[in-house]
Amino acid sequence: MAITFKSVSYTYQPNTPFEFHALNEISTKIEDGSFTALIGHTGSGKSTFLQHLNALLKPTSGTVLIEDATITHETSNKNLKPLRKKVGIVFQFPEKQLFADTVKKDIAFGPENFGSTPEEAGKLAKKMIELVGLPVSLLDRSPFELSGGQMRRVAIAGVLAMQPNVLVLDEPTAGLDPSGRQEIMHLFTSLQQSQHFTIVLVTHQMEDVANYANHVIVMEHGKIVKEGRPREVFADVEWLHDKQLDVPASTEFAFEMVKRGFHFDKLPLTEQELADDIAAMFKRRRRSNE
Amino acid sequence: MNKLLFGRYIPQDSFVHHMDPRAKLVLSFLYVIVIFFANNWWIYLLMTVVALLSIWASKINFKLFVDGILPLIWIIAFTMLIQVFFGTGGHLYWQWGIFSVTSLGILNAAYIFVRFTLIILISTLLTLSTSPIQISDAIESLLKPLEKVHFPVYEVALMLSIALRFVPTLMDETESIMNAQRARGVDFGTGNIVQRIKKIIPILIPLFVSAFNRAEDLATAMEARGYQGGAGRTKYRLLKWGIRDTIATLIYLLMTVVVFALRFF
Repeated sequence: MAITFKSVSYTYQPNTPFEFHALNEISTKIEDGSFTALIGHTGSGKSTFLQHLNALLKPTSGTVLIEDATITHETSNKNLKPLRKKVGIVFQFPEKQLFADTVKKDIAFGPENFGSTPEEAGKLAKKMIELVGLPVSLLDRSPFELSGGQMRRVAIAGVLAMQPNVLVLDEPTAGLDPSGRQEIMHLFTSLQQSQHFTIVLVTHQMEDVANYANHVIVMEHGKIVKEGRPREVFADVEWLHDKQLDVPASTEFAFEMVKRGFHFDKLPLTEQELADDIAAMFKRRRRSNE
Repeated sequence: MNKLLFGRYIPQDSFVHHMDPRAKLVLSFLYVIVIFFANNWWIYLLMTVVALLSIWASKINFKLFVDGILPLIWIIAFTMLIQVFFGTGGHLYWQWGIFSVTSLGILNAAYIFVRFTLIILISTLLTLSTSPIQISDAIESLLKPLEKVHFPVYEVALMLSIALRFVPTLMDETESIMNAQRARGVDFGTGNIVQRIKKIIPILIPLFVSAFNRAEDLATAMEARGYQGGAGRTKYRLLKWGIRDTIATLIYLLMTVVVFALRFF
């Protein structure tokens, strides 16, 4: 499912002293089946952008096309529900949205709102909790008894249970330990491959961008300042540093090597690529020595 | 939610902003009390002039004050309607059962409208020109005499400032939780009253959970930094009575005297 932005602007509290232009004339397209990473430092407009993806916010000017539904500032708040089912958003610290007395009810909350019967929703809850890697026995526990990582997974299961086509993730791994981070990211990529999800990921972990994304949007001051494949975006390390953004550790490593006189055809993005490049470098050197 | 002006402090470099918050608090109270003695148009005119003068001296855009009144317009209208239909005395224009429209009823409704508007203007002026922390400092300072009767002035002031401090935080939190639940298919603003109340639960519970967590974190953080209660604690922001406060007080006292003169003589 594709989502298209056509010169979208959004202003918070217009015509007051608190007026704030969060988005400025944004135009982009999130392709069906793509894995888009959205990067930019705090206050660049990422969260506002996300909330346009399922019409939680409507553009002050411009249009958002969610599949074939057009959203403008005139769109009425009714009939947005089908859109919200198609685009699931996992907000930052999603465990904050848990409220039900059992895990099962919480996961079933989304599907029931979208018209599933309690039985169907219950089945979905069971399926989803397994999908996020938690034991089924947790279903009857209170979500507030769980550990932070488990709560995060339950909340994610609650969004997955809506069976959306597009999955929007706002820093889903913030505050998790490295292994938890890896597991959650792995879950999302395997979902994307097996169920043909479209994924939009907001993150500060450039390794995740390099490893998983095929489309990167860089935002600054409510504008898209760069867009393209990860390799294109990460090619200009200095430019990104200038925007107070990181590059993957491997790219940074290679970049430092370049400064010291080494040569890379193109900067590596992942550890594997870096290792391969360095190995090739040694091979070449040995050959020229012989 | 964003339209709410409560607790919205607008920093400015103005006469009113530089006044002692105690003076502003007391004078606002005085104004509200005095307005209940108003019984003719001359008094209302005088008090309107004083209110507008005060607003002018704050350099805050008047439009903001209008925005402050608009959300309350229905309450004002409702009160006015009650006056119009249940007020008695004067010339009788129309009667139906217990409802009657009289000249005095209409006059009273008009008075109430002006009274309400002026009270809202002056209290909006207080909150727009005084930061919440200043207001709670002022309350603490004004309540100080009560320490003699072992009233926990300092603790009350602390509670008040913490509560005020977390109003915007909780509002942001409410909004983000609402967004999360809307993304999960909750449609706020539709359905009958029972359904609507049910939809509050998925907001209220997470809000309570996070408020309690936050309170605990705050307490831990305060303790970790060696916090101890009132006695012997010095202040970073000292309240100082200045020439501006004297001037403002004189103007308001003069207004009070004139109002009483107009009313009783």
